[in-house]
Amino acid sequence: MKPIQPMEPMSPSMMERLKDNKIIQAWLVLMLAIFFGGSLAGMQLTLGPKIEENKINETRARVPELVLGPEKAAEMEQSEASLAIEPQTITVQKPARSTSYTVFEASAPEQGQLGWVVKASGQGYADKIELLLGLSPAADKVTGIFVLEQKETPGLGNKIVTQEWRSQFIGQETSHPLVVVKDGANAPAEIDSITGATISSRAVANIVNTAVVDLKGPLSAKTSGGK
Amino acid sequence: MAANLPTPTERFVQGILPENPVYRQLLGLCPTLAVTNGLQAALTMSGAVLFVLFCANVITSLLRNLLKPHLRIVIFTLTIATFVTIADRFLAAYVYQMSKTLGPYIPLIIVNCLIICRCEVCASKQGVFTAGADAIGQSIGFAIALSSIAAVREILGTGMLLGIRVLPTAWPDWVIMVLPPGAFLTFGLLLGAINWYSELRSQKASRG
Repeated sequence: MKPIQPMEPMSPSMMERLKDNKIIQAWLVLMLAIFFGGSLAGMQLTLGPKIEENKINETRARVPELVLGPEKAAEMEQSEASLAIEPQTITVQKPARSTSYTVFEASAPEQGQLGWVVKASGQGYADKIELLLGLSPAADKVTGIFVLEQKETPGLGNKIVTQEWRSQFIGQETSHPLVVVKDGANAPAEIDSITGATISSRAVANIVNTAVVDLKGPLSAKTSGGK
Repeated sequence: MAANLPTPTERFVQGILPENPVYRQLLGLCPTLAVTNGLQAALTMSGAVLFVLFCANVITSLLRNLLKPHLRIVIFTLTIATFVTIADRFLAAYVYQMSKTLGPYIPLIIVNCLIICRCEVCASKQGVFTAGADAIGQSIGFAIALSSIAAVREILGTGMLLGIRVLPTAWPDWVIMVLPPGAFLTFGLLLGAINWYSELRSQKASRG
């Protein structure tokens, strides 16, 4: 066996080259990147499911109100009953493109199916408006709407979130498209526009109309097919 | 060189008013203008900045002897980005509604020059304790600035503060105050008022 030779000292030029090496200079950056990346991955694993749950709960919490109406939903909450909510995706084929809707089917143990809640969105005045639309089991009546996300003008367009304005949609028949009017709604299928925010009001009505047209067929087919 | 640098107490006090990040250094104006339409949003923002600035300052200060001049900014940014992501995910997990209100402005703390400025000016030169004190002082200064602007805008724009009515219902809400122009108006006027006041004080001090 050969005796182990002591390592030759590094030549000065080699040292120089190592010192100039960009990768070696950046050792701290690389180490930090690995360390921070690892800790972020760990955090995402812990918090990720919770964030997803928040997103789903935000929608689910609204389902009773949209299907039953505010009073009955409050009653139900007091009696600590709950609805069975089953999410599903419905894809509607249109000539130009296909649209996917997330639809929640709400049902109670004794009464059977109570209605549908549809997540629908469209362009508002400032940005995308995202709505939840409650429909009766046969999709022939609107049972309520709720605004999940909007960036309309504060003080004007953002009044679309108020209970007062939204309640106009409750009970509207879906056989005719909803129309937004400026001088007081008195006929069925008419929605009063918000003063100074006609575009926002129309945007909401349009989102509802589009979703109804797209989904009326599939939803009522599902309801009658299930029975 | 170390003798010339401010002590922890000085750093702490300077951040609050004499070197207020918003009113004196005019740093971090993006969140100052963007999230001050409500006091609650402004306070959440300040809390997030406190967390990020404190962690970034402490880490930078611990690493300060390993920093290479041409790589220091990369390290600052890396550290800041990590803590901003933590703050962002944390808000999304525990205060979901607020995280939706603040939207992109929490991730945008990464490019808030206030934080990179403190890393550069203080944390990369001084010890952990000083860096921590500096971070807390600057964050309090930032919080004071943000909440003063937000309080003015929320009261004049909606007549309410944190959901409690402070002005009579007869108050015609100045909607423009909660819209983007309101941020510029309020900030400009408050900045002017503070400059005028400190001018007045320095004149008095030089006379007396």
